[in-house]
Amino acid sequence: MYVSTTERIETMEKEQRKRYWEKNLKYLMILLSIWFLVSYGAGILFVDYLNNIRIGGFKLGFWFAQQGAIYVFVVLIFIYVRLMNKLDKEFDVDEK
Amino acid sequence: MDVQTWTFILVGMSFALYIGIAIWTRAGSTKEFYIAGGDVSPLANGMATAADWMSAASFISMAGLISFMGYDGAVYLMGWTGGYVLLALLLAPYLRKFGKFTVPDFIGDRYYSDIARMVAVICAIIVSFTYVAGQMRGVGIVFSRFLEVPINMGVYIGMALVFFYAVLGGMKGITYTQVAQYCVLIFAFMVPAFFISFQLTDNIIPQLGFGGTLSDGTYLLDKLDQLHVELGFAEYTNGTKSMVDVFAITFALMAGTAGLPHVIVRFFTVPKVKDARISAGWALVFIAILYTTAPAISAFARTNLINTVSNKEYNTMPSWFSNWEKTGLIKYEDKNKDGLIQYVGDSEKNELVIDRDIMVLANPEIANLPNWVIALVAAGGLAAALSTAAGLLLVISATISHDLIKKQIKPDISEKHELMWARIGAGVAVIIAGYFGIHPPGFVAAVVALAFGLAAASFFPAIILGIFDKRMNKEGAIAGMVAGILLMLFYMIKYKFGGFGGGTSSDWWFGISPEGFGTIAMIVNVLVSVIISRFTPKTPIEVQEMVESIRYPRKEE
Repeated sequence: MYVSTTERIETMEKEQRKRYWEKNLKYLMILLSIWFLVSYGAGILFVDYLNNIRIGGFKLGFWFAQQGAIYVFVVLIFIYVRLMNKLDKEFDVDEK
Repeated sequence: MDVQTWTFILVGMSFALYIGIAIWTRAGSTKEFYIAGGDVSPLANGMATAADWMSAASFISMAGLISFMGYDGAVYLMGWTGGYVLLALLLAPYLRKFGKFTVPDFIGDRYYSDIARMVAVICAIIVSFTYVAGQMRGVGIVFSRFLEVPINMGVYIGMALVFFYAVLGGMKGITYTQVAQYCVLIFAFMVPAFFISFQLTDNIIPQLGFGGTLSDGTYLLDKLDQLHVELGFAEYTNGTKSMVDVFAITFALMAGTAGLPHVIVRFFTVPKVKDARISAGWALVFIAILYTTAPAISAFARTNLINTVSNKEYNTMPSWFSNWEKTGLIKYEDKNKDGLIQYVGDSEKNELVIDRDIMVLANPEIANLPNWVIALVAAGGLAAALSTAAGLLLVISATISHDLIKKQIKPDISEKHELMWARIGAGVAVIIAGYFGIHPPGFVAAVVALAFGLAAASFFPAIILGIFDKRMNKEGAIAGMVAGILLMLFYMIKYKFGGFGGGTSSDWWFGISPEGFGTIAMIVNVLVSVIISRFTPKTPIEVQEMVESIRYPRKEE
């Protein structure tokens, strides 16, 4: 069957875009898992357990709940920005 | 110089600065009025977002609240910062690519329906008004304590100022005044924190002093735990709320943060998708500076307070004590007539009641800091309240002129007229907000919690599903939003205001307080949306294409 060049490029592009989106979702899953672990995990669900560990004057669980989780949140966003800027370039969907 | 002179000087200088910026950045078009022309730099936007987001509640009340809640205060700390991760990863870049003016714009276009748009308009207005009333009240309180004018007078002055720069400058004026306000508020928050941290722990960085040792060699937090146990309070580092409730409140605040229209709209003001991502990062950096300092201040203030008052003679109390007694925010009743202050956990024997809101404002006085530092805190509190109030008023004004008049009532309106309506909308909103500031409904705090629950139960799922689920259609989204809001309202009215037969904390569903119920209402919203959308017609092809296009940063053609 004859397929025109433009059509072939279009399917290729669609395929590419699908892969871009899937990769984006994969990043989101990983980053949001960490987001969940440091706040809801370390700061809430396992707080009593972690409080048995001490770092200086802090109980570890308490530190995560009132300090650590926030630091990790900041780092997560900057990692996300880096990853996505790279991904945009790789798949040639970045803004000109 | 005394505190009052210093306050006049510092507050006067900061106000002159805001007015100067407003005159310099007047808005000339609707695009400038709604989204500052769309060319704000990501760093400036991050700073403006931080000031927009951190309200009088963050600046004045939060550290005080945490100092009375101990560990449980983490719900605010994590809830009000973790939402930015959701914003950066799940909303901001896509909404920037969508590239319109308001949140109802997105809901209305994505769900191809004016009913959906109307639901969004109503939610945006309710959320923003409840919020802004609290800010005006904050302005009034700061004025009355530090400049000794009546609270109402303080509200009028605040109204006049916000009126001036919101009506004149629109988003453009607000953006650059917010940048200035961020600088004022963070300076005002950090200076006393450095002082007090150094006084107590010999470490100038509050985040480290928090885990440091006191002059007698014991760790600050251990000392605080020990004091709390001795006086019959719960251990500071443990808290009293149930785990499920802490979980639910934290999640509701996070989702609510990511769904608040005045925060989302800030990401429309940067030029590119890339800028939207990074400016969410900057915003959180600027917010985190205050949010990691606040819990340290809470612990310092708590320690200082207990050491100053506990079992001391009432007659020997320092002057800040009587100053705040005059405002009614500190109350002492000598129950056992021994002339000493018994400040203990048992409410039968406790003789001292302290309003949580005064801890940050009184902190510099309690720690005996110089007068200019005390005055600085007043200027900072005003900056925090005014910046948030202006952002909220702009949402209300854009909702009225753009989503209601331009999109529904009179589509052929000229740009000049739309701009005029935007200014009228902002003006009317200031007056209504001022009214609520002077005659606050007795349930301001409760209503602010409701604002988060509402945003979590309505906007947040509708926007996320609109981006990540192409199959989501108008039937599903509208049903979900309505179900979420009604359930949230029902629960708040029942357990907060005693309607529908009322109930106590033992009747809470799954042990979740009204503050945390936004989480449940949000889950219900998602379930209803997904189920209904699968049994109703597919989304039209052009809407599917729109969803496709917002997922990729590059502009077509």
